[in-house]
Amino acid sequence: MDFSFTEEQTLLRNMVQSFVQDNYDFDSRMKIVRSEEGMSREIWGHFAELGLLAAPFSEEMGGLDGGPIETMVIMEELGRGLVVEPYLPTIVLCGGILSRHASDAQKETHLPGIIAGEDVWALAYAEPQSRFNPADVLTSAKADGEGYVLNGTKAVVAAAPWASKLIVSARISGDQRDSDGLGLFIVDKSASGVATQDYPTVDGNRASEVTLENVSVGADALIGAAGNGLALLEEALDYGIGAVCAEAIGHMKCLNDATVEYCKTRKQFGVPIGSFQVLQHRMVDMFMEYEQSVSMTYMVNMKLTESEAERKKAAAGAKVQIGKSGRFVGQEAVQLHGGMGMTEELNVGHYFKRLTVIDTQFGNVDHHLKRFAAA
Amino acid sequence: MDIDFAPEDQAFRNEVRSFIEENYPQHLVGVDRGELSKEDFLAWHKILAKKGWAAPSWPEEFGGTGWTVTQKYIWNEESAAFGTIPPLPFGIAMLGPVIYSFGNQEQKDWVLPGILSGDTWWCQGYSEPGAGSDLAGLKTKAELDGDEYVVNGHKIWTTLAQHADWMFCLVRTSSEGKPQQGISFLLIDMNTPGIEVKPIITIDGGHEVNEVFLTDVRVPAKNLVGEQDKGWTIAKFLLGNERSGIAGVARSKKAIDRLRDIARGEMEDGAPLLDSADFARKISELEIDLTALEYTELRTLASESKGQGPGPESSILKIKGTEIQQRITELTMEAVGNYASPWVPQLDRGDNYLSIGPDHAEGASQSYFNNRKTSIYGGSNEIQRNIIAKMVLGL
Repeated sequence: MDFSFTEEQTLLRNMVQSFVQDNYDFDSRMKIVRSEEGMSREIWGHFAELGLLAAPFSEEMGGLDGGPIETMVIMEELGRGLVVEPYLPTIVLCGGILSRHASDAQKETHLPGIIAGEDVWALAYAEPQSRFNPADVLTSAKADGEGYVLNGTKAVVAAAPWASKLIVSARISGDQRDSDGLGLFIVDKSASGVATQDYPTVDGNRASEVTLENVSVGADALIGAAGNGLALLEEALDYGIGAVCAEAIGHMKCLNDATVEYCKTRKQFGVPIGSFQVLQHRMVDMFMEYEQSVSMTYMVNMKLTESEAERKKAAAGAKVQIGKSGRFVGQEAVQLHGGMGMTEELNVGHYFKRLTVIDTQFGNVDHHLKRFAAA
Repeated sequence: MDIDFAPEDQAFRNEVRSFIEENYPQHLVGVDRGELSKEDFLAWHKILAKKGWAAPSWPEEFGGTGWTVTQKYIWNEESAAFGTIPPLPFGIAMLGPVIYSFGNQEQKDWVLPGILSGDTWWCQGYSEPGAGSDLAGLKTKAELDGDEYVVNGHKIWTTLAQHADWMFCLVRTSSEGKPQQGISFLLIDMNTPGIEVKPIITIDGGHEVNEVFLTDVRVPAKNLVGEQDKGWTIAKFLLGNERSGIAGVARSKKAIDRLRDIARGEMEDGAPLLDSADFARKISELEIDLTALEYTELRTLASESKGQGPGPESSILKIKGTEIQQRITELTMEAVGNYASPWVPQLDRGDNYLSIGPDHAEGASQSYFNNRKTSIYGGSNEIQRNIIAKMVLGL
């Protein structure tokens, strides 16, 4: 048993950490969030130069052969900086699906653009009626000659406004919530029949409602076998959970540090408020929630590559932990900062908002409690 | 012990219900507080003022309604059930009782009519950057110069000061003795030179609170309420009144009804979310806690009607009331699932703006974020627990 990081992993962490510290302070982050596009292509280009966009891909594809632990290290550091650039959707979700399941030809076509930082990808899987069930898919894929024709609506697709490519889940056969019959399709966002309504989200990111109207794709758009899409999708979402857990512990660490620091310096009744036992215990609870979350984050990221059953249970359990702890730490960090915690000006509220979105992303606490119980 | 309403109370309920239905401004039905202009805030108040119903909590001699405790309760319930804009607390709930309890005749004559009519918008100058939970630590200084006070200082979290004509303000007139001694209660015209109001944008994207900077602001000495250096008694009296209305039971009931409607419309695996045992349990827990709070409030009201003022027990109403409000907004956000994420501030919506997701999801997360303030303002919930520990339990 060993919970230590390798030298390479520590170097990776240090590199991301100092990049974020030097280039992504809170003011810079807010400038990016408030800019027209809402992300920085320049920062994204630096990520490519640093090799971050190549991290999880195999060496033969031009990648660095990293696994979930490397992704975890990167995501935790990006979380500390509240980085909005689309590492999760492009590299972890879509990149992950491509590297694990795409054909060699598909990889050769698509991975170089991702690794070079030229293309942003978004995973369009949720639908207006689907809530957190990825099998609940009304978007249809009808066989048409060699290829398919897609029709449907995808909801709250994170990073879609920035993306040039989408991976879309669509139903090739079966009924609305059948686990069989789904396909994952690579769709060019500029393809005829694809329309998006773009908007900001509460955590400073951007998302779109994506409608597909008679969108024709070739046979080379389908990833993996026809009808097997749900397994690929669920696996990708579990990798996504591993990544957002890491992002969230980055947020929690920053919130706890900021709160302790604030309570040491903020004086009321002639003493630092941190001298009040009731607040000390609250911060101890926040600290324990953070530590428990770190443990579950390590656990899930070590189990992503285990059997499907083990992976699912680990992901569900970790997501429940992160959902609850993130909510507690976020709410209490705001509370202990008092009115200051309520202001847009302080980073505390922004960590809190991102943690709130993470609680819902890929399914909330209730959803994963049920999934854990069933696993 | 009897909880039934008497026939005359039922008749009163019918009367106020029809009045609200017939007179409430159509364009203000179901609007969010964040979207209201100054005129919107005051529109319903002005209609009530004409009817003589603007100040249910005041004694009749000062323009109150003379309603019984039960009638006031019914009024609040009906207002909330219809979803009227909550009345602004600054004049009616906060300053009015201070003026008719501590003010001189001249002050009663010029302050109370403006509050009743809605012609004067008051804001509350209490908190300062260094004086939040420790309100008595305030530093804004007022020095007497002839027949004027010269005020210098910095107030913060001043709710809706951007609309205010006047501010009631706690100032330090002496630094002798304990911090509580040497505080005075001053009425300040917001148009006086030397006052600057700076907005604070909160995490829900809204502009409700402000900073108010006071630089050599000259205030006539006759604007002092009560005695100089004795303002702390008034400040505490006001805070006690602020807390008694803060439970918000009737509005929370309405919000739970709305939550239930939303959960009926949201689907989970093809069935309404309301049918989910997990979700239904959470709504039920909320409703039971709210029922307990309702009866706690009714017990408080009943002792109030026997002439006992709101005691430190009112801190229970503040703590439980705000915790419930926060849980309702949290569960409402949870109900709308993925559609809690979209965030399009009013100002950024062009003419062609199409709403995203179902209408009922609109504003769910903003409301959740905004409501985090309720356990901080009006004396944080930690301070309220200190009050109970000290004043009730004698610890």
